[in-house]
Amino acid sequence: MLRFAFYRLLQAIPVLLIVISLTFLLVHSAPGGPFSADKAVPPEVIKALEAQYNLDQPLWQQYVSYLGDIVQGDFGPSFKYPGRNVSELIAAGLPATAELAFYAMLVALVIGVSAGVAAAMRPNTAQDYIPMSAAMIGICMPSFLLGPLLVLIFGIHLEWLPVSGWGDMPGDKILPAITLGTGYAAYIARLSRGGMLEVLSQDYIRTARAKGLSEPLVIAKHALRGGLIPVVAFLGPAFAGLLGGSFVVETIFQIPGLGRFYVQAAFNRDYTMILGTTVFFATLIIVFNLLSDMLAIWLNPKLRQQARGES
Amino acid sequence: MTTVEEQGTSLWRDAWIKLCKNYLALFGLAIILLLCLVSLLTPWIAPYGYEEQNLMLGATSPSAAHWLGTDIFGRDMLTRIMYGGRVSLTVGFIATAVALVIGVLWGAIAGFVGGRVDAVMMRIVDIMYALPFMIFIVLLMVVFGRNILLLFLAIGAVEWLTMARIVRGQVMNLRKQEFVEAAYSLGLSQWTIIHRHIIPNTLGPVIVYTTLTIPSVMLLEAFLSFLGLGIQPPQSSWGLLINYGVETMEEYPWLLIFPGITLSLTLFALNFLGDGLRDALDPRTSKDQ
Repeated sequence: MLRFAFYRLLQAIPVLLIVISLTFLLVHSAPGGPFSADKAVPPEVIKALEAQYNLDQPLWQQYVSYLGDIVQGDFGPSFKYPGRNVSELIAAGLPATAELAFYAMLVALVIGVSAGVAAAMRPNTAQDYIPMSAAMIGICMPSFLLGPLLVLIFGIHLEWLPVSGWGDMPGDKILPAITLGTGYAAYIARLSRGGMLEVLSQDYIRTARAKGLSEPLVIAKHALRGGLIPVVAFLGPAFAGLLGGSFVVETIFQIPGLGRFYVQAAFNRDYTMILGTTVFFATLIIVFNLLSDMLAIWLNPKLRQQARGES
Repeated sequence: MTTVEEQGTSLWRDAWIKLCKNYLALFGLAIILLLCLVSLLTPWIAPYGYEEQNLMLGATSPSAAHWLGTDIFGRDMLTRIMYGGRVSLTVGFIATAVALVIGVLWGAIAGFVGGRVDAVMMRIVDIMYALPFMIFIVLLMVVFGRNILLLFLAIGAVEWLTMARIVRGQVMNLRKQEFVEAAYSLGLSQWTIIHRHIIPNTLGPVIVYTTLTIPSVMLLEAFLSFLGLGIQPPQSSWGLLINYGVETMEEYPWLLIFPGITLSLTLFALNFLGDGLRDALDPRTSKDQ
């Protein structure tokens, strides 16, 4: 298991290098320098600025020194927020985004797994059709539509919950978490229904039932572990999706998180910020993919043996 | 004596019969066809001109003259949604076509050649899977300006990976089947085998996955347009209309609700059609049910 993790980590390094190189090249080949402003700036000023940010060096030198800085966790200065480091900005935005992602995941897992398991227990009955139809609606209702609709209903008309903000008023975290989590709840419901249906037809479940265990106990003690493997394997990609979704949700609810910073950086052409955040996101996504793969393997004895044989 | 000849039904006939029994999928198909028709005919059947403003009128709720109301410039919402649909559907279809071509070629070559070529090609797919593409698309849109052609390419470049995996799996599987071996031993040429046996048998999963790619592409376009990084005014798409609708939803909720319903209904229809096609075309579930 440890060797497998080590092997996978080694594989992640070239992927990260590709991400960094691609992003670096893209950002540096962009038309219009980071300092092109509406006002005419004297050429000496631009020269001085470029020297300050090492932009006057050849590209490969910039690349090498950037790589060196990244290894030390330094993403360089922000172009648009003078005097602030990209690392500082990431550190400032991360807590809100992480909290939002955590709550959204919680919403997705609790609703998704319970709906999926309920559906799998009585397939092709109302207990199956109703949650699964709801899941279909959840998949077809993108967060940028669901969020505003929730705000309209619960924030503006019913006035039950605050319409924006993060941690300023009680309950202002509820709507963003639901908005971001619903789509994933729908996917998880479908995945856990499929996984549970497959497991429930296995021999060891029949054995458990034949022993006289009650149905809830069969589900909780025997079926869940195997039935939820597809869900666990989905968590890695879901996490990547949550980051993307946080762009929208943080913009709608005006949450000071990484996603909103990223979108703003994209509008402002804050190149170092885009570069730094992209590299940071990529690292996170790769790490979470690795974690969810390992969890899935740990849960599934068959895969566990395969991983041992492979490494 | 009359001979009763057993009429063999082809996979396609079977699939069609199965699809006809699936009302949700048929409903989805009907909606898609209707939308395509409306989009094609929009310049002739739209009730108002695309640029037509009526500042005196301003935003009005749905009425007999404007079925879906008007926006703050007095522009007819139904007309805007129809023109927006043209853009959204075009992005959906063209980007999916890009993904389809790359994915099928990539997967078919990897699966058919096999060996080391296959290993290298699939490694590349694995690596690309690990890249944060949503972020890359945002990056591309920033770097190259918001060019609609680039949007097609960027979205297509993301969505071909799964297609490549599916096609490769299918081709690998088929090559080992007895009937393909039989064809080889009969001395059929490589090309005959490819177009008589491999292509028809790969078509089912490809059609199913293509149908399911269109909604995810349209969603991606709407997502980018919503953030202001996709389609740019004066053009509009459903994502952009939803974006405008959000800005004024407190006073004029219909500006959000109608484009929202249109987008959701379209995604719904495409997903149901895709699911229905999967049930109909999957050889494991055909005939015996």
